[in-house]
Amino acid sequence: MIKFLLGRLMQGILVLFTLYTITFFLAKAMPGEPFTSEKNVSAETKANIRKLYGLDRPLWEQYYVYPKNIITEGSLGISTSKGRPVKDIIAQSFPNSLILGLCALGFAVGIGIPIGVLSAVRKNSWVDWSCMGIAMIGICVPSFTIGPLLQIYLAAHLPGLKVAGWGSPQDVILPAFTLGLVSAAYLARLTRGGILEVLSQDFVRTAQAKGLSPSKVIIKHSLRGGLIPAVAYLGPAFAALISGSFIVETIFQVPGMGQHFVNAATTRDEFLLLGISLFFGFLIVVMNLIADLLTGFLDPRVRIADNPE
Amino acid sequence: MPEGPASEFEQGSSLWKDARHRMGQNKFAMGSLCVLGLMILLCFAMAWFCKDPNKVNLVNKFAAPSEEHWFGTDALGRDLFARILYGGQVSILVGLIATAVSVAIGIIYGAISGFIGGKTDAVLMRIVDTLLAIPFLVLVIVLQATLSNFSGEVTQWIVDSWGWDKQFTSRLTNVVPLFFALGLLGWLTLSRIVRAQVLAIKEREFVEAAVALGYSKSRILFRHVIPNVLGPTIVYSTLTVPGFIMYEAILSFLGLGVESPNSSWGVLIKEGANFLETEIQLLLLPGLFFSLTLFSLNFLGDGLRDALDVKASKD
Amino acid sequence: MSLLEVKNLKTYFHTRAGTTRAVDDVSFSINKGEIVGVVGESGSGKSVTCHTMLGLLPSPPAKVEGGSVTFDDQNLLHLPLPILRAIRGKRISMIFQDPMSCLNPYLPILEQVVEPILTHEQTSREEAESRAIEMMIKVGIRDAETRARSYPHQFSGGMRQRAMIAMALVTNPDLLLADEPTTALDVTVQARILQILRELRNDLGVAVLFVTHDLGVVADVADRVVVMYRGKVVEQGSVLSIFENPSHPYVKGLLACRPTFETKYRILPTVEDFLHAEEAKDGSLTLRERPNAMERLSNLENKHDPKDFRREPEQTLLEVKDLKVHFTSGSGFLRKTRQTVKAVDGVDLSIAKGKTLGLVGESGCGKTTLGRAILGLVHARSGIVRYDGAVLQASDMRSYRKRMQIIFQDPYASLNPRLTIEQALTEPLTVHQIGSGSSDRRERVVSLLEEVGLSSAHLLRYPHEFSGGQRQRLCVARALAVEPEFLVCDECVSAMDVSVQAQVLNLLNELQESRNLTYLFISHDLSVVKFVSDEVAVMQAGRIVETNEAEALYRQPKDPYTQKLLDAVPKSDLKELRERQRRN
Repeated sequence: MIKFLLGRLMQGILVLFTLYTITFFLAKAMPGEPFTSEKNVSAETKANIRKLYGLDRPLWEQYYVYPKNIITEGSLGISTSKGRPVKDIIAQSFPNSLILGLCALGFAVGIGIPIGVLSAVRKNSWVDWSCMGIAMIGICVPSFTIGPLLQIYLAAHLPGLKVAGWGSPQDVILPAFTLGLVSAAYLARLTRGGILEVLSQDFVRTAQAKGLSPSKVIIKHSLRGGLIPAVAYLGPAFAALISGSFIVETIFQVPGMGQHFVNAATTRDEFLLLGISLFFGFLIVVMNLIADLLTGFLDPRVRIADNPE
Repeated sequence: MPEGPASEFEQGSSLWKDARHRMGQNKFAMGSLCVLGLMILLCFAMAWFCKDPNKVNLVNKFAAPSEEHWFGTDALGRDLFARILYGGQVSILVGLIATAVSVAIGIIYGAISGFIGGKTDAVLMRIVDTLLAIPFLVLVIVLQATLSNFSGEVTQWIVDSWGWDKQFTSRLTNVVPLFFALGLLGWLTLSRIVRAQVLAIKEREFVEAAVALGYSKSRILFRHVIPNVLGPTIVYSTLTVPGFIMYEAILSFLGLGVESPNSSWGVLIKEGANFLETEIQLLLLPGLFFSLTLFSLNFLGDGLRDALDVKASKD
Repeated sequence: MSLLEVKNLKTYFHTRAGTTRAVDDVSFSINKGEIVGVVGESGSGKSVTCHTMLGLLPSPPAKVEGGSVTFDDQNLLHLPLPILRAIRGKRISMIFQDPMSCLNPYLPILEQVVEPILTHEQTSREEAESRAIEMMIKVGIRDAETRARSYPHQFSGGMRQRAMIAMALVTNPDLLLADEPTTALDVTVQARILQILRELRNDLGVAVLFVTHDLGVVADVADRVVVMYRGKVVEQGSVLSIFENPSHPYVKGLLACRPTFETKYRILPTVEDFLHAEEAKDGSLTLRERPNAMERLSNLENKHDPKDFRREPEQTLLEVKDLKVHFTSGSGFLRKTRQTVKAVDGVDLSIAKGKTLGLVGESGCGKTTLGRAILGLVHARSGIVRYDGAVLQASDMRSYRKRMQIIFQDPYASLNPRLTIEQALTEPLTVHQIGSGSSDRRERVVSLLEEVGLSSAHLLRYPHEFSGGQRQRLCVARALAVEPEFLVCDECVSAMDVSVQAQVLNLLNELQESRNLTYLFISHDLSVVKFVSDEVAVMQAGRIVETNEAEALYRQPKDPYTQKLLDAVPKSDLKELRERQRRN
């Protein structure tokens, strides 16, 4: 177990380092200047600013200084467009993204998995077909169509819901719903597939031969194995929720991290870009690890085997 | 191969033929195929007969649907129908080309990894694992932002040195980076699927029999392994296309993909969302085309999966 | 009065392709404390009968079209589901063929064994657990208290099947339905399981319906036998009467086509020698006895014993010296702990030209790896393979591919599903440039097909359009295409019904005579190995423990392991059966 965690830690560091390397060189490859917003600056001040941010040093040194600062000082650099430490920007905006993401995840799990189970149990009935039809809509209709529709049809008519904004607790409802819909749809499909797969296996017949009731067969014998694909998807699902939040945050004007990231990418704010990329990468490494541990909890064969294949 | 008179032999039925037959029985999949065909016909053939999608007419903005403008006009008085068709070209092409790029890389990478095996396989797959753990959209955004920052310069260069039409070139340089940003990063999962399939096929005794019969490595790979890997690859590729179309829309919506005045379904939905209180058709119509295409692609992929019996072929 | 009575049972499968009469008018009964064997080949409807009784068949496509299954004055077929469920697992239990897939991999063994008690009885969990562990000890699970909380994948095959039996018997049922319970197990393990079943019958008085394809097992374990063929019961009676004096031609054929330790002749009779089956358009079957079958059989027996027939000066074709194949598991270049499995650990053997060396051993003993290492299909760690005087090197292996071939266990997996038969058979000719031009090659392919008993009409078909036996013939034809002298037959009849097995074994024997082939015949089935081999080598844990001339090895085994294997084979000769009859 400790070996497994150590291995995953190593892999996580490798992932973050690769991500850093790619982002670093891509950011450097972007043409143009990082300070285009401040127009009337003399060449001298520009050079001074560059020096201040450490951008005048040789490339390899910059490449090496940034991770060193993360480790020694815990600093993610200073945003060139905002002039504030990247850490502060993240600290300020991340809680909003987190709340939104968690609510969306909760909604996705709470709706997606029961629908998948229901569909699997009533396989090839109209219940199944309509559930899967709705799931398909969730996958095929983009959040930036659903979001605006919700705004004008729900938010405008229901009391307590605002079209956009972020202040009171109920403001999370519409964005979380919009954000979680896709994941809920995927989870429903995966759960249905997983349970049907398990139900086709021989040990289900053994359970029937023991005289168990159909509900017991489902709950005790097929739910556990059937949920594995869905659980394994949760890590990537979290990634999808965060990246999806770029859009939802824009539509519902949530002051989250997504906007900062998109801005950083468009304005060439390389420290902000690096900082947020690494932070996202870190979150996803952690979420994938949790998903793996959960899978191991569900499947004893994975737990014992030292080979994750 | 010599071909005898057909009556002399009992004609066999290949697995492809069986799959085609099963596919024909699947009404959903066949319906989806028709919708897709129609959509491609509309976007690529019909578009030639349409109005100029970029022709601004501020006097006639937000026009209601009429004989002149079937779907009405947008905030700048441009014909919505034409813009949807032209936008469809971009969206469908992004899906197809990005898929083609990622399928090409994925098959080669996965087949090599699985076929050679051993240390090479371990190293190649660890690379994929690492890249897979990197948030996809984050990388696409960074890559796309970098690539598209060059597009202005590249456009200028092409116009200067080759004398291409400026509008056409800028449209091209705006969209092409997107194909590569998505394609270059989308092959990861596919390469894993191909590798898993190759490993499974390699275990099958007919490959061992081929080795025992003294066939060369390349013959075994191309005649015995790859034809048996194609089924799952086709299925997965079909299911990848809608994913790429969706990513294009997301990027365009965020202002990182296709840029106005060029259109794509993502751009149109974004523009439509600005006027949704009064002119909801500007959001709904492109959204409808978009979702219909995605629906069809997904149903087609599901149908192919059933017809090619992808799950069963693993055993 | 009988415990369970099946009367005129009909179970049909309705699919788009048509109706299959899987069980067609089947009647038999089973008494309290009796073991009844239901024997039949694949597709005979024996398992379907078993599953129909407890309503375990998926419907559609299965549908019970008529008949009754009476248990306790109730017709199980018409019971409402909740009442049937109260019988399942409580009064009638069931065990299945593959204990790995039939145990839930996600739950500890104990959890699954207590489940029938908790479902059917008002018992506290503690009591249920102690009863479950008690039963697990009874069926021979060592350290049951400590191992009960393990998961199925941590048990060996035999232990898993014991756990299945414990799970089935923990509620003291009146009847146990056993569907091929020992088919996936090694002979020694099978012998233990059969013994356990007999003991449990004696101790607990449970009746057992034992479904199997193996006549030997039935003779070993059952009191009465029901023989099924294509959905019908063709004969039933006591074990002795069936084996001593079968009346139905199918049963006669089935008994005759099975090689036993006593078989003396080189060519096996087949079921077709005895039985002529005619299928009408509506799917009904007419079975007729072929005349003079017994006469032909005795002709075979009177024929010379060909095992002494080819007494020429022996010339060694293949010689293996100190061959070692090791596998490392737990690979991955970041991990340091690697385990080495010594699959083949210093093997010496030699095969004379034109002879057959039989290689027997239980699963995991390394016999398959040995066969592949000889052909260079797996990399040998050390040792020498000398073929026709020359030492085989990995570098010039391809020039030997023409001379040494292999036939695998699963004929479907060993044919590329995307190639027609013609393509599959022409390919080796093209690669090795045998024959000139396509028309000559086609002629060669046709003559190969005819040699293995198929015809040119099959040329354009694909592998999935053939039956298992035909596919194995195709594999033989493909191996023969390069005109080899030496064939490794790796469990090549193990997955087949005995009637098909007889045909393939006959084919191999005929080819050996006509082409003067040399075989390395690998199998776990001691009877088959004895039938085909001139010499036999016994393998255990990567080593050859004993090699001897076939007849002598079976008569006087020297190694204790050989003895153990031979003892474990279910005995079905008449002397043994009469002996048992007398004892009871």
